[in-house]
Amino acid sequence: MTKRTVLSADDLSRAITRISHEILESNHGAENLVLLGIPTRGVILAARIKAVVKKHSGEDLLAGSLDVTLYRDDLAQQPTRGIGITSVPPEGITGKTVVLVDDVLYSGRTVRAALDALNDHGRPKSVRLAVLVDRGHRELPIRADFVGKNLPTSSSEHIGVKLLEIDGLDEVVIES
Amino acid sequence: MKHLLSADQFDRNQAVAILDLAEDMAEVNDRDVKKLPTLRGKTVVNLFFEDSTRTRISFELAAKRLSADVINFAAKGSSISKGESLKDTAQTLEAMGADAIVLRHSASGSALRLANTDWVDSSIINAGDGSHEHPTQALLDAMTIRRSIGQDSRGADLAGIRVLIVGDISHSRVARSNLILLTTLGAEVHFCAPATLAPRSLVGQDRVHYLLDDAIKEVEPDVVMMLRVQQERMSASFFPTEREYARVWGLNKSRLSRLGPRTIILHPGPMNRGLEIDATSADSLNSKVLDQVRNGVSIRMAVLYSILSGGETHA
Repeated sequence: MTKRTVLSADDLSRAITRISHEILESNHGAENLVLLGIPTRGVILAARIKAVVKKHSGEDLLAGSLDVTLYRDDLAQQPTRGIGITSVPPEGITGKTVVLVDDVLYSGRTVRAALDALNDHGRPKSVRLAVLVDRGHRELPIRADFVGKNLPTSSSEHIGVKLLEIDGLDEVVIES
Repeated sequence: MKHLLSADQFDRNQAVAILDLAEDMAEVNDRDVKKLPTLRGKTVVNLFFEDSTRTRISFELAAKRLSADVINFAAKGSSISKGESLKDTAQTLEAMGADAIVLRHSASGSALRLANTDWVDSSIINAGDGSHEHPTQALLDAMTIRRSIGQDSRGADLAGIRVLIVGDISHSRVARSNLILLTTLGAEVHFCAPATLAPRSLVGQDRVHYLLDDAIKEVEPDVVMMLRVQQERMSASFFPTEREYARVWGLNKSRLSRLGPRTIILHPGPMNRGLEIDATSADSLNSKVLDQVRNGVSIRMAVLYSILSGGETHA
């Protein structure tokens, strides 16, 4: 098995900073924004984006997590999965601009499940998608609005996103 | 998990995992839209040979919240009264497409029988079999106890918690399942009952008490679980009169005042007010009876999810 680092800790930090600024730019500020991370690593990325926004504009964004396990379309094909934590800010998402945050965008099925899950929490004004890595191979008509790095891959490769809070270091690797 | 038959099928980590899963399900029950698409296309049959209100409704609600179809089958007014056997009834229901059968039956071991024979392929969930077991009740009691200990209870077990179960232990499937599960989770379970209703073989002699006053003093329980006096399972006289039972083994105002301020009171329901528990105790702040009902739905969602969501290979 070969392993190649595609984003170092510095690259990763710069990518998150850029995504944060792009989110603010496209929204013309921090008003009405809600960041929802998809467990596990999306939640951490959402928290980092929140921290960057706080540092640069002083604005405190609403952030939470949205677990999509119970909305997946492959539950009957896989062994029973554990489910993650959902915590939507008490202000709700109705009328807000929701930015979904995930680590890797691949088939697009997780995002589809997330859109279904959002439906059960309210009616956002709009929904955007931010991902750290877009590796292609979409199976659904879904695209990301904010991308840290586009990474053309073959489907036999595995993308490993490692984050300090869980894995003890920041990096993105390709394993094949 | 293919079936849920007994509380003894869980080790500590599995029990904690299912309680954590129930916490996640509880979050859904607090939403405006209390519905998940998770079990769409699955069919759950509630096969109840004994009367039940909360267990059946709780399973029905749990299945519906997960978008499964639910068929309720009560023995009264069905072909059972024409003499149809458990085997034929279960096979008929499976032929109609049941993925899981939630079974309550007066015969101990009936759920195990249905699961371990080739009568049906469906998953079997034991919702009470005679005086044997009632595993989902034990799970919801464990969840209620765990929530009463701390705010963020995920991942925690019940180590060091002292639980006093009072009443008709001999006939109680609730007591048996709780003894197994709570012990697995690290709690210390004591029984208090009239000598005629206290099986000594289940726990050590030093954990069996015969008078509630003594038990409260000696055990200093964190949890007091009052059991229903089950007249329907008693074929003989186990205690002289109801008034004497209430006086010696019933939870009342004076005994309530001798419990710790944070001691919680559980009751599996339905309560016989004035017999095993008086109104003051049942309606006190220590009473978590309605929390038990609420947690019951979350627990049953977690159980249905664990049993019905997996693919061909059951984990």
